[in-house]
Amino acid sequence: MKSGKTRRERVITDEVAGYITRVEELSYEVKVQDVMTRDVKVATPDMRMVEVLELFREFRISGAPVASKGELVGIISIEDLIRALRGGDMAAPVSEYMSSSVITVKAFHPVVEALKVFTQTRVGRLPVVDEFGKLVGIITKGDITRGLLRALQSTYQEEELRRYRASHLFDDIVSDRTSLILRYTVKARDFVRGGRASSSIKRALLRLGAHPQIARRCGIAVYEAEMNLIIHTTNGGTIRVEIEPHQIYMEAVDDGPGIENVDLAMQPGYSTAPEEIRELGFGAGMGLRNIQRCVDELSLESTPGVGTRLKMHIYLSEGREQLRERGDEIKSMTRQEMKQRSSRDDSSGDH
Amino acid sequence: MTLQEIIDQLGLKVLTDVKDFSQIIPTGGYASDLLSCVIAGAPRQGVWVTLQAHMNIVAVAALLDLSAVIITEGARPEPRVISKANEEGITLLASEQPTFQVVGRLWELGLKNGG
Ligand SMILES: Nc1ncnc2c1ncn2[C@@H]1O[C@H](COP(=O)(O)OP(=O)(O)OP(=O)(O)O)[C@@H](O)[C@H]1O
Ligand SMILES: [Mg+2]
Repeated sequence: MKSGKTRRERVITDEVAGYITRVEELSYEVKVQDVMTRDVKVATPDMRMVEVLELFREFRISGAPVASKGELVGIISIEDLIRALRGGDMAAPVSEYMSSSVITVKAFHPVVEALKVFTQTRVGRLPVVDEFGKLVGIITKGDITRGLLRALQSTYQEEELRRYRASHLFDDIVSDRTSLILRYTVKARDFVRGGRASSSIKRALLRLGAHPQIARRCGIAVYEAEMNLIIHTTNGGTIRVEIEPHQIYMEAVDDGPGIENVDLAMQPGYSTAPEEIRELGFGAGMGLRNIQRCVDELSLESTPGVGTRLKMHIYLSEGREQLRERGDEIKSMTRQEMKQRSSRDDSSGDH
Repeated sequence: MTLQEIIDQLGLKVLTDVKDFSQIIPTGGYASDLLSCVIAGAPRQGVWVTLQAHMNIVAVAALLDLSAVIITEGARPEPRVISKANEEGITLLASEQPTFQVVGRLWELGLKNGG
């Protein structure tokens, strides 16, 4: 199919777009003094134009600020030199050809200020002055480009480093039992924020270096638990995720209304979701079933009038990660087992 | 087949930020308006065809790393849904056609893996 191809060049990929915004940000963060050239080649007002030619040649520059005793008095460029050359006036002093109205930038200003001047005035270089107006450097568009690229590179490395550190969190911290606990409060009927807990958890796990499959399984389990808190509870509830090197434990707790028949609730297709919620696409009665498929162990404890507690475990033993998820094939717990568990937990008065 | 080709062939409207869709190759598709069924059935990196247009489709699509959501029958998500999708990097596409037609066209184009 051909039609797609013509558009291709004009499309800015996310990655590029990300860099563009990052560069924009950096142009506000990076200071002129971070990218300017400090070793400024300076002309003096009484220098002859022929000496300026030498200066430009020797250092391969096309312009220089003119300073007298450290005080900036003008700027001289290759165009001025050409004018002198044309008139055969190379013996004239710089003061006759320089432009004395000099646009400058402050060393402590962000680079974006220099960029603005460059686009507004079309000058090629800007003398940089300190807070007292003393000449401290010179800046060109090239300096800015190089400076920003350098900064971009180093922030990129920082991000890499951060990710690396996160993924070695458990290796680096020595304790008898290290765990990371994430807690989320979920409000009843808050559909707009539904999925907040699960997406944060998924992201956190990926950052910690978890296998994408594991991150996805946790994400799904927490999402379904989260939506059940939003849809089926009176006051919402909390989600707690405890991440350890060998397991992830997830728990959703609420204080009512509770479930009359836990067995029935576990059955695929069973739902008490009201009509207006079904219209949003919830209430297929598949949520708990999805959780069951994603976790290694599930327990649903509920006491009507008191509340519900859903506990989910994923075990992280090497090599098992790929096994699950799509698997009806592996069921960590039969319905019979679950029934026993839930009735046992009920009677133990866990709530 | 690339997502760009799907967009062109089906005349879909891109609701979210433009990406290089010619680099995205959906693995398959899934059609349902029941979110839990989508979670159970949609293939990863697949396209999801639905007439739901509310906030939770973004959560589901992000959870499953879907390539795109095609919203059918001219349903339009609210602006905050679109901005959330952009935040999560999810592509939302819109069609005036009903789900049945959209799925039929995808099938014709060769997208036959149902997950
Ligand atoms: N926290 C809870 N408090 C009270 N009842 C609950 C709770 N969680 C689940 N239930 C009950 O269990 C039933 C089945 O839940 P499940 O998540 O499987 O399906 P659903 O939420 O109805 O639909 P779906 O998840 O497919 O959108 C619910 O309809 C509800 O009656
Ligand atoms: Mg549910």
